[in-house]
Amino acid sequence: MQAVGVMAPGQSTMIPRVLIGVAVALTLLIVVAPLVYIFSRAFAEGWQVYAANLMHPATVHAIWLTSVVALIVVPLNIAFGIAAAWAVARFRFWGRGLLVTAIEIPFSISPIIAGICYLLLYGRQGILGPWLQANDLQVMFALPGIVLVTMFVTAPFVAREVLPLMQAQGSEQEEAAVTLGASGWQIFTRVTLPNIRWALLYGAVLCTARAVGEFGGVSVVSGNIRGQTNTLPLHVELLFNDLNATGAFAAASVLTLLALVVLVVKTVLETRRGV
Amino acid sequence: MKPGLIKAALLAATLGVATPVAAQDSLLNVSYDISRELFEALNPAFVAKWKADTGRDLTIDQSHGGSSRQARAILEGLAADVVTFNQETDVDVLAEGGLLPENWREALPNGASPYYSLPAFLVRAGNPKNIQDWSDLAREDVAPIFPNPKTSGNARYTYLAAYAYGLEQNGGDHAKAQEFVKAILSSVPVFDTGGRAATQTFAERELGDVLVTFEAETGGIAKEYADKGFERVTPSLSLFAAFPAAVVTANAEKKGSTEVATAYLEWLYSPEAQDILAQNFYRVNDADMAAKYAADFPEVRLVTVDEVFGGWDAVRADHLADGAILDQVFVNQ
Repeated sequence: MQAVGVMAPGQSTMIPRVLIGVAVALTLLIVVAPLVYIFSRAFAEGWQVYAANLMHPATVHAIWLTSVVALIVVPLNIAFGIAAAWAVARFRFWGRGLLVTAIEIPFSISPIIAGICYLLLYGRQGILGPWLQANDLQVMFALPGIVLVTMFVTAPFVAREVLPLMQAQGSEQEEAAVTLGASGWQIFTRVTLPNIRWALLYGAVLCTARAVGEFGGVSVVSGNIRGQTNTLPLHVELLFNDLNATGAFAAASVLTLLALVVLVVKTVLETRRGV
Repeated sequence: MKPGLIKAALLAATLGVATPVAAQDSLLNVSYDISRELFEALNPAFVAKWKADTGRDLTIDQSHGGSSRQARAILEGLAADVVTFNQETDVDVLAEGGLLPENWREALPNGASPYYSLPAFLVRAGNPKNIQDWSDLAREDVAPIFPNPKTSGNARYTYLAAYAYGLEQNGGDHAKAQEFVKAILSSVPVFDTGGRAATQTFAERELGDVLVTFEAETGGIAKEYADKGFERVTPSLSLFAAFPAAVVTANAEKKGSTEVATAYLEWLYSPEAQDILAQNFYRVNDADMAAKYAADFPEVRLVTVDEVFGGWDAVRADHLADGAILDQVFVNQ
């Protein structure tokens, strides 16, 4: 095997430079340029048109709806993620491996499959359809359907972040707490939660980003009713299809800003988690 | 604070969805994907008229999407009171699903089509290739742009209109008509999946010499890309494209909105609505309005799917089925 030091002096500086150059060029081309383009298109007709586009009632409603969905989905997924990670990390039971796999299913399944599955289950012609109709419950093409699909798609995020940490930390501290007479709730809030808080937050941030940006699955169950069931990503597509490019890019700029905020929070959390 | 907010949101959602009509009337109009501007212009006029006639407030919600996809969503429970589609077959799907009567075409005048359109052309500024009719699309130096007829309803009309023209030019000779359509299809440089993508190919990628789409759309596209100076061209013969409207009776009866839904669709035939429709480049049957906007709508000989092809069922069997005529002439798909 040849050691790095043996390489010719010119070569050793050339290769890193080329690699860095390629990485930077690709990042600029694939990530940065489109992002810049979103904002340049959004502001193409000036601040006032941009503001008017954002203040359009349908766009405001889309932003509101997407926020409501995230506010419902993220806390539920935090609860689910902690519960699932706790169960898998602390207990040995039949089907444990199966549960770990099941949690990860949404990672590998295309969201549109989730959308169609929910439609076939809860839709008018679906298995639960007649019962839902008889009881006047509208699940599909309304907020509950959008929340269900978003929950499915984002289910693994918290659990997958928290689980490895809980497994690595083991249960000694919790066992010690038990011997000192702590109640279950005390153990959770004083021992478990502080240990996993950064991973938990990190997972929650990723979950939020995904919930806000989800398109494929939601598009199946939304019904695209403007001002009713149109989430922000769907609204962007709708505006775009309407030949309203400026409006579409204005709405897209909101999504992009959200993504940038998430990115910053995520980076901060990553450094904290590393400590 | 968070749990309170969530509860409030859930409550609002369930109330908003489950509460039947109280003091206020509401309609959900499920429509095709390029009609947003049209109904944004139409709906306020009807809301005002409904208020004046009955004293009741009305809100009209709109859902837009590909009309086959919309039909599917309604079958699965999207609570549409009325549909305004651009394909009759998609309303038939709802009839087969038991959501509205099989004879929905008889519920409103003109086969329940308050307005109509036809495949027409949009050419580049100054019409440099002098494209006037379907025969020009088969010329070797002309590259037409339209979406894939296998996936796009819009392009299906284009295909059928070209076929009808080929039949007419060749005295009803199907073999020659197929040769003609084949020549047009072979010179299309790229087949997009939908109308919107084809529009972009033509207008932004600047491919092709002529965009073939509904006449109603050529007006909107020319307006959107005003700086490019596209010109509208109407061929000598084209295919009548119905834009069917129907009350989704099962949903409307359940919600108690049959009266307002019916009034809404009947109003689309009034001079007031027909005026707005004509302004949006749709052809209308109201004689006064047709005369008022005659300059926007050149004379064209219109044939129907029933006359030329014996109805949509026959079109599906003879042309669109796997291995049928479309597959034989569509060699570069």
